[in-house]
Amino acid sequence: MSVPSSTVSDQFPVGLRVLVVDDDPTCLRILEKMLRNCHYQVTKCNRAEVALSLLREKKNGFDIVISDVHMPDMDGFKLLEHIGLEMDLPVIMMSADDSKDVVMKGVTHGAYDYLIKPVRIEALKNIWQHVVRKKKHERKDNNYDQSGSVEEGDRQQKPPEDADYSSSANEGNWRNSKKRKEEEEEAEERDDTSTLKKPRVVWSVELHQQFVQAVHQLGIDKAVPKKILELMNVPGLTRENVASHLQKYRLYLRRLSGVSQHQSSLNNSFMGCPDATFGTISPLNGLDLQAIAAAGQIPAQSLATLQAAALGRSAATKSAISMPLVDQRNLFSFENSKLRFPEGQQQLNNSNKQIDLLHGIPTTMEPKQLANLHHPSQSFVGMNTQVNSMAQHNNSLLMRMSQSQPRAQMLNGANNGHQVSRLPLSMQQPLSPEGIPGTVPAQSGIVDNARGSVYNPVSQASSMVDFSLNQSKELQSYNFSLGSNNSGMSTLTNRGMLQEEMNSDIKGSRGFPSNYDMFNELHQQKSQNWGLQNVGSTFDASHHPSIQGTQGVSSQLLLQQGISSAHHSGQNRNAPIGKPMYSNADESGHVNPMGGPQLNSLGGNMLAVKAERFSDLDYHSTIYHEQLGQEDLMSAFLKQQGNVGPVETEFGFDGYTLDNLPV
Amino acid sequence: MEVGQLQRSFIEYISSLFNEGFLDAQFSQLQQLQDESNPDFVVEVVSLFFEDSERLLNDLTMALDQPNVDFKQVDAHVHQLKGSSSSVGAQRVKNCCVPFRNVCEEQNTEGCLRCLQQIKQEYLLVKNKLQTLFELEQQIVAAGGAIPMMQ
Repeated sequence: MSVPSSTVSDQFPVGLRVLVVDDDPTCLRILEKMLRNCHYQVTKCNRAEVALSLLREKKNGFDIVISDVHMPDMDGFKLLEHIGLEMDLPVIMMSADDSKDVVMKGVTHGAYDYLIKPVRIEALKNIWQHVVRKKKHERKDNNYDQSGSVEEGDRQQKPPEDADYSSSANEGNWRNSKKRKEEEEEAEERDDTSTLKKPRVVWSVELHQQFVQAVHQLGIDKAVPKKILELMNVPGLTRENVASHLQKYRLYLRRLSGVSQHQSSLNNSFMGCPDATFGTISPLNGLDLQAIAAAGQIPAQSLATLQAAALGRSAATKSAISMPLVDQRNLFSFENSKLRFPEGQQQLNNSNKQIDLLHGIPTTMEPKQLANLHHPSQSFVGMNTQVNSMAQHNNSLLMRMSQSQPRAQMLNGANNGHQVSRLPLSMQQPLSPEGIPGTVPAQSGIVDNARGSVYNPVSQASSMVDFSLNQSKELQSYNFSLGSNNSGMSTLTNRGMLQEEMNSDIKGSRGFPSNYDMFNELHQQKSQNWGLQNVGSTFDASHHPSIQGTQGVSSQLLLQQGISSAHHSGQNRNAPIGKPMYSNADESGHVNPMGGPQLNSLGGNMLAVKAERFSDLDYHSTIYHEQLGQEDLMSAFLKQQGNVGPVETEFGFDGYTLDNLPV
Repeated sequence: MEVGQLQRSFIEYISSLFNEGFLDAQFSQLQQLQDESNPDFVVEVVSLFFEDSERLLNDLTMALDQPNVDFKQVDAHVHQLKGSSSSVGAQRVKNCCVPFRNVCEEQNTEGCLRCLQQIKQEYLLVKNKLQTLFELEQQIVAAGGAIPMMQ
C-alpha cells in the first residue's frame, strides 16, 4: 500500500498515509485531528529525527509528510532535504512565519507546498493532490528507466514519449534557465502518456558519482540530461531519470550556496584534524556568496566532484581516485615549487614534505571542499576560507568558492589578503590552475608555471577536492575535479551557477543519504581538507595561464602552500583573517607586492573567511610552514600578475595587505 | 440552575469572548473538529496549549533574565508561542507576539521585558476565560443538556 495508486482504487484520497512532524504539541494534536477528519491515516511525531527513522523503517510506509519549519532538533528544511533525497516523498512545510524569505526557502528546497499556521482543515483536505502529482511524474520517469530492460515493450507502449524525449525542444529546455528546465521537465513528464509503472531508479553512490562526473565534464551550464546520460553510459538509465536527478542536484547546489552561511557543522579539521574546530566559516558565508558571485559559477565539475566525493566517499572505485594520491603529491610539490618559484626548485623538496603532510589532509577533505576548490575561479575569498574552515563543510562549498577565489587572486598577485588568511599564500601560488585536470605531474612544470598566476582555481579545486575525499576517494574526485576544473574554470565566474549546482548537487546527492550528510555535516570527510583544498583551487583559472601544467597540482599545492604559508609567518595561525598568511609573505619578502592592495581588494569576504580558516590553517601550517615559500610565490606571482586583476581583490589576505607585506 | 439557563449563559459568554477578541475563528474550527469520537477534543487541545505556554513563558522569563540575553533563543520561543496560540485561537496572545518579535530583533531587552509582561497578562486572562467556559460546559452536561454550538 505504499503506492497511492493502490488506494486510488476507490476511495482515494481516503487512507492517505500522512506523517506529520511538529515540535509544538498543541499544533500537532490539532493537525492530527484535522487529518483524521479528512480520513487520512495519520502518524504524528514531534521530533525530526524520529520522523526520519520512522520513514526509513517503513520505506513506502507513507505517502506524504507535513513538517514544521522551526524545530529544535533539526531545521525543517534540512528534514525536507533528507526526505527528498532518501525517500523522495512530497513534503509540505508549515509555519507561523509567513515572511517571503521563508516561503521562498521552502520553494528552493523543494517543498511541495507551504502552509501558514494556523492551519485550517480546508488546506489539509487537498494535500492528496501533491501525492498524485508526484506519482504521475515518477511514473513517467520510471517508464524511461526501464527502457533498458523492457525496451521493446516500452517503446511500443510509449512512442509518444520517445518523441517527446528526443525532441530537441527538451534538450533546449534544459539549456535554458534551470528553472525553466525543471518546469519543462515536469511538463514533459506530465505529458507522457505512458502508464507503465517502472521501478524507480535508485541513485546509488556510484551512480551518482558517475552522474556528477558527467556533469562536471560537461560543465554545469552544458549539462543537459541527454549528454549526461550519454556520458554516464549506464544501461537502463533514461534521460528522464537523469533529468529529474539533475534537477534535484541543482536545487541542492542552490541550497548549498544559499545556506552556506550556516554550515557550522563543517567538516572535520582540515588537515585531518578530526575536530572541525577550525572555526566555522560563517563569515565566509557572506564571502562565499560574494566569492561565488565573483567567481562566477562554481564549475559544475567541482560540484560534481564534491558530490561525487560525498557520494563516493566510500565509492572510491573510480579510477580517478587512484590518481589523487599521486596527484596530490604532485600538487604539493608543485605548489612548493611554485612558491619558491623565484628561488628555484628548492621548493620541491619542501613541497615533498608538504605533500606528505597534505596527503593526510586531503583525504579528509570533504567533498564539499573539493567543490569549493572547483568553484572559486575568481579570486575568491573562498579560497582562504576554505583552507581555514575545513570544518565548515556546509559552507565549505560556498566558502570554497570564495576562498579559492581569493586564493587565486592572491596567486595572481593581487590578493587582498584579507580574506583568506589561511592559505592565501598557498593559493597564490600559481599552482597550475589551468586545468590541471588530474595531472599532478606538473610539479616541475609548476615551478615554471608558477610564475603566472596560473592557478586555476578550478583545477585547484579539483585537486583539492580529491584530497578531501579519502585518499581513495580523493583520487577519484581528484581526477574528476581536475578534469572538470578545466572546464569548470570557465564557468567559475558564474557564481550563481555554482550555487545552483551546489543545490542540485545536494539534491543529487540526496539519493545518497551519506552524501547528503557529507555535504552538510562532512563529519566524515574531512572538511578540513576542503579548506585547504579550496585554497588552492580558488585560483582563477583565468589568471594562471602559465601555470597550466600543474593545475591540478597547484591546487593541491596551494593548499599546502596555504597551509604552510600560514605557518610561515608563524603567526597568526589563528589570526583570523589572513594575517598569518601574510606573515609568511613577509618572511619571504615576496609577498609584499601582493599584499596590501590586493588583498584588500578581495574584499571583506576573505576576511571573514580568513579568520576561520586561518585557525585551521594554523594547524596545518605548522607543518608546511617551512616549506611553502609563499612569499616567494607571491612575489613570483605578483610579477606575473599584470593581468591578474581580480585576484587581488579576492584574496584580501590580511597578511599581505596589512601587516606583513612590506610593500 | 436549569439547563436552558446554563446554555444561554454559555452562549452569552462565549460570544463575548469572540467579540472582545479573546478568541478567533480558529477556536471555532477546534469546536467543529470535536465529535463523538473525540468528545473532549477542545478541552484536550486547550490543556496542551496551557502547558506549552506556561513552559514557554517560563523559558522566556529565564532567558530575559540572563546578563547576556540570547535574543535568538527568545525569538524562537516567541515564535513558538505565536504558533500555538494561533492554532487554538487565542487571538490576543497571538497578537502580543508580533511586537515581541520586533523588539527581539532590535535586541531591546527592556522592550522584551515589557512585551513579556503583556503577553503574560493576556495569557492569564484567556486561560481564565477558557476555564470558566469549560466549567459552564461541564455544568450543562451535568445538568443533562447539550453544549450549544457556536457558529
